[in-house]
Amino acid sequence: MAVVTEHAKPATAPIVQRQPEAAPKKLSMIVFSGDMDKVMAAFIIATGAAASGMEVIMFFTFWGLNAIRTGSQTGKSLFGRMLGLLNRGGIERIGPSRLNFGGMGRWMFKVMMRQHQVTPLAELRQMAIDLGVKLLPCGMSMDVMEISPADLIPEATEPVGVATFIEHAQQSQTTLFI
Amino acid sequence: MSTQSPQAPVMTLDLKGLLCPLPVVKIAQAVKKVNVGDLIEATATDPGVLADIPAWARTSGNEVVTMERGDKIIRFVVKRIK
Repeated sequence: MAVVTEHAKPATAPIVQRQPEAAPKKLSMIVFSGDMDKVMAAFIIATGAAASGMEVIMFFTFWGLNAIRTGSQTGKSLFGRMLGLLNRGGIERIGPSRLNFGGMGRWMFKVMMRQHQVTPLAELRQMAIDLGVKLLPCGMSMDVMEISPADLIPEATEPVGVATFIEHAQQSQTTLFI
Repeated sequence: MSTQSPQAPVMTLDLKGLLCPLPVVKIAQAVKKVNVGDLIEATATDPGVLADIPAWARTSGNEVVTMERGDKIIRFVVKRIK
């Protein structure tokens, strides 16, 4: 067995200069999409950033809320209940942005992810929570879509608005819209 | 299997079969459990770790001591710096 040994660069010559004891770098992300593939990308980036020592916040708005919903039936008004029925939410229910075919695509992706030993989405979200990633739900979207805080997973924070996101974004070196 | 380091690792992780972002997440979690200056040895199969573990070390302020690529298995040692 040929073994190639690559020694890491010595500590005296780091590739990236570290700032002396600066506050942790921060990533602020808007998760607008509720598609399985995009939500997966969001949580992979979030866990990777948190594992690298960054502070991470994810702001879930509109369809993105589906990624932090329990999957309960939502809505009070007629339209609200209709929306709740057609847009059930819950991280296990969301389908890919392409080739979903009424749920077949979601099933196929789940099987393929398992075959390739990729972490399931629900586990990835739990990992993000365990690493200290903050999940912020958008209050305005919740009002419009008639989703109450009780319809969200308990790890989500209280509903917040754009000013809260902007404050986080201003303190961040990296911001993403997914 | 020599790590070419006189210091012995205090923890060994089996990351074989795991894909992005798991190897980085597991290393980050493991580093919190050992003392500053301790070594962690790990084996992985995802070639992504060749780039990602050094990148994680640079962003998190830790150190990759060795990175050995075998036929299928990649073996590396990281050191907790802070």
